Amino acid sequence: MADTIELRDIEVWDGNMAASQALRQVQVDVVAAYPITPSTPIVEGYAGFKANGYVDGEFVMTESEHGAMSCCIGAAAAGGRVATATSSQGFALMLETLYSASGMRLPIVLNLVNRAIGAPLNVNGDHSDMYMGRDSGWIQLGAYCPQEAYDLNFIAFKVSEDHDVRLPAIVNQDGFMTSHTAQGVHTLSDEAAYKFVGDYKPMNDMLDLDHPVTHGVQTEEDWHFEHKARQQHALMTAVIPKIEAAFDEFEKLTGRKYNLVETYNMDDAEVAVVCMGTSVETAREVAEEMRVNGVKAGVIGIRVFRPWPLEQIAAALKNVKAVGLLDRSSPHGAMGALYNEVAGSLFNTDTKAVLTNYIYGLGGRDLTKAHLVSIYTDLKANADAGKVTTPLQQYIGLRGPKLSFF
Amino acid sequence: MSEIKKIKNLKEFSTSADRFEGANLLCPGCAHSIIVREVLNATNDDLILAASTGCLEVCTAVYPYTSWDASWIHIGFENGSSAVAGAEAMYKALKTKGRLKQPDRVPKFVAFGGDGATYDIGFQWISGCFERGHNMMYVCLDNEVYANTGGQRSSSTPIGASATTTPAGRISYGEKRNKKDMMAIMAAHGAPYVAQVAPNKWKDMVAKIQKGFAAEGPVYINAMSACTTEWKFAPEDTISISDLATDSLVFPLYEIIDGTQLNITYRPKNIIPVRDYLGAQGRFKHLFTKQNEYLIDEWQARVDAKWDYLQRREEASV
Repeated sequence: MADTIELRDIEVWDGNMAASQALRQVQVDVVAAYPITPSTPIVEGYAGFKANGYVDGEFVMTESEHGAMSCCIGAAAAGGRVATATSSQGFALMLETLYSASGMRLPIVLNLVNRAIGAPLNVNGDHSDMYMGRDSGWIQLGAYCPQEAYDLNFIAFKVSEDHDVRLPAIVNQDGFMTSHTAQGVHTLSDEAAYKFVGDYKPMNDMLDLDHPVTHGVQTEEDWHFEHKARQQHALMTAVIPKIEAAFDEFEKLTGRKYNLVETYNMDDAEVAVVCMGTSVETAREVAEEMRVNGVKAGVIGIRVFRPWPLEQIAAALKNVKAVGLLDRSSPHGAMGALYNEVAGSLFNTDTKAVLTNYIYGLGGRDLTKAHLVSIYTDLKANADAGKVTTPLQQYIGLRGPKLSFF
Repeated sequence: MSEIKKIKNLKEFSTSADRFEGANLLCPGCAHSIIVREVLNATNDDLILAASTGCLEVCTAVYPYTSWDASWIHIGFENGSSAVAGAEAMYKALKTKGRLKQPDRVPKFVAFGGDGATYDIGFQWISGCFERGHNMMYVCLDNEVYANTGGQRSSSTPIGASATTTPAGRISYGEKRNKKDMMAIMAAHGAPYVAQVAPNKWKDMVAKIQKGFAAEGPVYINAMSACTTEWKFAPEDTISISDLATDSLVFPLYEIIDGTQLNITYRPKNIIPVRDYLGAQGRFKHLFTKQNEYLIDEWQARVDAKWDYLQRREEASV
């Protein structure tokens, strides 16, 4: 038996330590991982717990991220609780196996500490890796701060391992801005944390020697479509209710309330920004200040990026006149992903909201309050005019001449 | 420690404990199925298996069917080794935590991959697994070509073979590079047991598989798998072609223990010329022309030199 740790009610942790502690508390059976900035401290922390007897699972330090996820898949198919962590280039190297994990319906929790993808090489936070994984069939949750990185790990294990779900889950947090920024984190006791997630309940486990199973079959045009349809069905029907139920149960346990879509000052908002990660917290502050100046500003934070909470987004933006969609990833030849997703969510509704897209923060460039003021000012102009008066897509915080499209 | 299975004769061996069904889509005459049966039938212990993408995988697990009566996993082309390593790690974790469903049974962990999956695309993953010391066996089904994708050269394809990406033509004799020495590379990992086997020498093969299963740590088996389709011989000739390979010493049978002790395990009574081996296969047909015939002599010289090297290592006990 692994030893427990008596945590203080509030620990000063950065996002990485928060995630690492969560992995310890749920007593993961196999962690297979490869180091990459800025996620490395998560598995370093886990290795430290292992070295000191606080976890008794296996820690497999692989030769690459692809090898790490391959081991995670083998371990999950064998039948136990599995987790890993990575960022950026490492996530890109894993990508092939991410589709394998979800297609094989294996619960695995991946802490993705968001970082830009080169070239040019860059170690800082943006959402390029998160976006790269958006069609991979994984559940994607987003944390805005270390507390949420901690809490959402418990949600991720609980939902991912549910037998109605059986899909892997990613917990996103912003590289450095969350992963390396220490804040007060309200903790759960080891016992309460483990109890919330519960014992791992194996299903189709290779190690049940009396019931051999075949994992990772071949299907061609006769069955592949049906398999993918079942996967989509699980994502679209089972996951959202399970996440909501887990959020409710977590609120009862901790008092901390999470929602699929986090709304702030949205009740009477005329203008709103939609964003993810640490930007949500900055936007809330600026929205508050805009209201002092008479702009009815609100903020929507995406908590669950996959499955996409289409109905909740549409409902949250129902009465808004202008919306700014903030994408922290280069769309490379298109409108940003959040713009497209939100536009798709609103298109068949009665809303007359004017949508504009802002590309910001690539490679860790700060999103300042002044940037957000300028965005809200744009939105107010669009709201007042009832039409687009600004470019559809603008680059925010870019050095040199302004860049915009459409 | 589990008991070593006793095997009396080929008839009993070929029909014992069939955990790999004859119902599969492999070509008639494919040596893969013979090798897999010989590996699986060498033990009565439970098995946890993996396969890399390739002939074996696409021919044995086409939904809704499976040829495997033991737990089996496939992820991709390069990571059969890591798949089984992950399962082995989970076994250790659940053993530590007392959560195994059948705690008294100790399964063997085996990954299969073709030479493309082993010598080329999966090499890094295998190296990682061996360096980390997982308790697993990796079996390379070495048919010296990307057979599943239609006969492209791999780094196991020998000099002079005509492959679709190194075709013999008016001015080319086909593959220009020598086959990679995976045995030496895997032995250099310090693996407790590394062996080269051929399905026609089944007693030699069973002895080696059983030694491998008895070893603690990662074990590499390089199994020659004569490919009727890409080597271009008649399906009924698989075993006779395999005999030509082992008796010409093109494919010498030996083992390396703990990375150092090399033992030759089969010495043909009558060593036959390499020419006979090459001449029996369509992939070398173009060598038997005036402009290319010198390559046959070079082949013989290479095989002789390798055999000499293996004998010297055995004698020197290194």
